[in-house]
Amino acid sequence: MDLKGKRIVAIGEREGINGPSLKLLAESAGATVVFSVTQCFV
Amino acid sequence: MIQPAILHTAYALAHAPDFVRYGSKPTRELPANPGLLEEMTAALRPWDEVVAYPPNQVFIGNLSPDELAATPRPWYEHLVPDASPIGPWGRIVTQAALYGLMKLCDDFDLLTITEAVAAEAREELTRFEHRRDRITGVPPEDLAALIGKHDGLTLYHRGEVAGFLRTAHEQDPSLDAHVLFENLACKATAVLAVNDAFDGGPIGPEDVDYLLNTGEEAVGDRYQRGGGSLSKAVGEVVGCLNATGSDIKAFCSAPVHAIISASAMVASGLHKYVVVLGGGSQAKMGMKFRAHLRNGVPVMEDCLASMAFVVGPDDGTGMRVRLDVTGKHPIGAGSSAQHVYQALVVEPLERAGMTMTDVDRYAVEMHNPEITEPGDSGDVPKTNYRTLAAMAVLRGEIERDQMDEFSATHGMPGFSPTQGHIPAGVPFLGHALAAMRRGEMDNAMIVAKGSLFLGRMTQLVDGVSFLVEAPSEPS
Repeated sequence: MDLKGKRIVAIGEREGINGPSLKLLAESAGATVVFSVTQCFV
Repeated sequence: MIQPAILHTAYALAHAPDFVRYGSKPTRELPANPGLLEEMTAALRPWDEVVAYPPNQVFIGNLSPDELAATPRPWYEHLVPDASPIGPWGRIVTQAALYGLMKLCDDFDLLTITEAVAAEAREELTRFEHRRDRITGVPPEDLAALIGKHDGLTLYHRGEVAGFLRTAHEQDPSLDAHVLFENLACKATAVLAVNDAFDGGPIGPEDVDYLLNTGEEAVGDRYQRGGGSLSKAVGEVVGCLNATGSDIKAFCSAPVHAIISASAMVASGLHKYVVVLGGGSQAKMGMKFRAHLRNGVPVMEDCLASMAFVVGPDDGTGMRVRLDVTGKHPIGAGSSAQHVYQALVVEPLERAGMTMTDVDRYAVEMHNPEITEPGDSGDVPKTNYRTLAAMAVLRGEIERDQMDEFSATHGMPGFSPTQGHIPAGVPFLGHALAAMRRGEMDNAMIVAKGSLFLGRMTQLVDGVSFLVEAPSEPS
């Protein structure tokens, strides 16, 4: 998926990939992260 | 330095099916969806099934984690025959008993229950002689009048109106009835576990110097929401007359922070006996009920869980806490799973000259997967053990094809209710102490993670760990 120029909402999970990591990944692919957060679903 | 040890453990489950409707998720979802309460209620389990549920039997010590691993899934269909609500280091109590505990913990007459519930509570709840006279009830018509006259929360027993908890201050959201309900339930269940920690243990309540509560409830009023403490409130009910205390707030990792702090207090000679405690998390009840209904499984977040640990000088009967083998997740560390376990597991072991395979068992986030999987949250312990196994491979301690074996022999299935701070490593302490006393285990590492980001004040995660070792002398 080409994320360049896309606006991203990044919702991470504590036991998986957290929000800040998703944000870095998306930004490194050229996306703009408008909101990122980590959740705990347990 | 005085060698600190965990000398005794106690765990409790309070089956509270009529409390589920007031968990955070049901409170938000039920009013907006007519018919959903009936559907949820039909999916709640009866007492006998809750007692015989294999993970609950592990929680109170009647079944080992290895026996649970050998039990076919779904566990709710493979109930333990002739199961007892009393275990070697834990017990399960009924909802009536819980109402009784809440009454004897209610110092401000906030809670009213019916005569019938009070009678049932007195019958089911033994001990607490010095406060049993507080377990009183009113006729149903008096209760109805009270509900009509005051702001508060109507409470139920077997689906019928059976109680009322009044709001303590109409302009203070921190003293709203629902908040007080959560706090009182937490206090009452903590009281049960702490009281049980003195049964068959090395000390009595008057020997306790310090109490460290780790529950997550925000006790306080509008000027200091969450700034209050439950430690002394619990100690007062169980007769810890010589103790003071404070609360440690660190989300799910609070119990491990507290045991390390308690051990340091003992080691320094500041205090001789410290009790670490945690009551149940009412807000978490029914958190995944929609997913459970969607998947046709029972609504299993139906119990409040609590625990207590007696920490004192090593007397040859407890597990020694190795303060030189504790882990912390520093602010500057990364927050990927690998970074977290590097800080919590690898670094403390390396400092002690140990390898990952030197640790007999790791107790991580012990959430029962049967509760989390229907909501697509996966098998949390399994994921954590997989990460640990992968790190052992990277370190060259095991081969890649030994990862499953590592997870099976150094880990265990999750058996804890999803009760916030309760599952984070510490549910295994009872089993670890028993196994070490039997000479079947040399050590275990208790690892906890905390979701600091939930409060929206930081993106950080937290984590702490410690190693426990077998008694210095066989008891």
